[in-house]
Amino acid sequence: MGTKVNLISGRTTIQGRNLDSKMSEEYFEEVARCDLNKADMEKLGVATDESVKVRTSFGEVVVKAKEVAGTPEGLVFIPMGPWANALVSGDTHGAGMPVYKGIDAEIEKTGDKVLHVKELMQTYM
Amino acid sequence: MVEVTDVVCSLCGCVCDDITVEVEDNKVTKVKKGACSVGKSKIMGHNRIKSPAIRVNGELTDCSYDEAIKKAAEILAASRRPLLYGWSSTVCEAQKVGVELAEELGAVIDNTASVCHGPSVLAIQDVGLPSCTLGEVKNRADLIIYWGANPAEAHANHMKRYSYVSKGFWTEEGKKAKKLVIVDVRATKTSKMADVFLQLEQGKDYLVFSALRAILYGHEEVVPDEVGGVSKKDLLETAEMMKSAKFGATFFGMGVTHTGARQNNIVNAIQMTRAAHTHTKFTITPMRGHYNVAGINQVCTWETGFPFAVDLTRGYAWYNPGELSATDLLIRQECDAALVIASDPGAHFPGESIKHLAKVPVIQIDPFPNPTTEFADVVFPAAVSGVEAEGNVYRMDNIPIRLRKLIDSEYPEDEEILKRILDEVRAIKEKEDK
Repeated sequence: MGTKVNLISGRTTIQGRNLDSKMSEEYFEEVARCDLNKADMEKLGVATDESVKVRTSFGEVVVKAKEVAGTPEGLVFIPMGPWANALVSGDTHGAGMPVYKGIDAEIEKTGDKVLHVKELMQTYM
Repeated sequence: MVEVTDVVCSLCGCVCDDITVEVEDNKVTKVKKGACSVGKSKIMGHNRIKSPAIRVNGELTDCSYDEAIKKAAEILAASRRPLLYGWSSTVCEAQKVGVELAEELGAVIDNTASVCHGPSVLAIQDVGLPSCTLGEVKNRADLIIYWGANPAEAHANHMKRYSYVSKGFWTEEGKKAKKLVIVDVRATKTSKMADVFLQLEQGKDYLVFSALRAILYGHEEVVPDEVGGVSKKDLLETAEMMKSAKFGATFFGMGVTHTGARQNNIVNAIQMTRAAHTHTKFTITPMRGHYNVAGINQVCTWETGFPFAVDLTRGYAWYNPGELSATDLLIRQECDAALVIASDPGAHFPGESIKHLAKVPVIQIDPFPNPTTEFADVVFPAAVSGVEAEGNVYRMDNIPIRLRKLIDSEYPEDEEILKRILDEVRAIKEKEDK
């Protein structure tokens, strides 16, 4: 069992610069990561660029952790993209819109590797 | 070398139209001024899909446009529940053909609003939108609020061109004479610029809108000491800034549309704006993402009566977003073929929905390879609108602007590809009718 956190996703400048270049290394480096605050990083025993596994009821992914000041304790931010969305439910509760922010998740340190975008998409086939 | 001025950016909903680029030997060699780093990256270009292709034995295999058109039309004509999805990064002329194709097929047509500002559309249908153009904001607003939005990263020119940093007719001093309020759950590049940063608890937007409404209507006594992580003192200060502004403008992003209450958050945001009207002029505007997502909402509405999630299988338009958004359709494993254009559900849909999309035949029209290409069965490379093709788009405030063509393309435009698919679908159907 990992540490319970609240998961959100959103845009970043580098993610935006690579909107039409999602197969690039720069996109991978930017988007396959999660922002955590210092206290959460210490609790998990991870340093920036070490891998963490994030799990929800709908899926799990491995991403790189990054310490970001200004992220509140208990909140995890993953830039919008295939890694964040692997954790999102398709249920829109009649609104047409999935819940992309405010998802109950668990997070733990892992030695598993971060899947590249092609490998991640393969998991859907 | 030719210098081209007044170039229009085809990346985000800001649709900046004051860009200068240099063109040499049919190539954009430099973006000289006007574009943000995200827009510049779009104009300068990326790796392209090189050739039309059809998936054979699991591998995308190059083919001619004729072969790809034939294959795409066969898939769509044979489908009992086709989904036509995307549309936000192309021009209105292509979108119009898309709706015609949806009618011909009896398809569901949906666009990226359903994973972006769909809840805003629902709220606006419910209670209206006291809004204005970005020009009005630039020339009049002395209080800017960004709520659940991070324009410094997502709409990098928005503050400079239209809001906090811009200088207009009655705002000639720029940000010196303006106030900036940021409401977000985490500190961002944008919040660092704020006069007031309200850091609320994630998912508590509805409560904070309600508290501000109560204060603006003169009922501060009902507001507790803290609401959604924001102190009453900060709420009173923010409400006072709203009351004393000459002209306030709120912009809201996916921090509000993506969380629990979704469209109800936006209804409450709009009602907060109405409450501010008891004191001063105040407007509210969604920060639309793609450069022409507002356009597909316009085109879909004038063609079918509804802005997104429209079912045309009955022979007339049927609108019910909680049933007919692409995500809903996919989670029910209902569609048996999909055409994806000018968007990337492989990257931006919930994993649960992608599972079904990856199983059914998918036709993709896009200039660039992306995660959707990984499971697409027919792929069409297209010209890049705004660089290699012109056409009309709608800015986030629903102002139509014409994209310019800067260079010639070796690839056809979206509109042409769609027209050819439509013609081929009609030919197949005529043959079947005989």
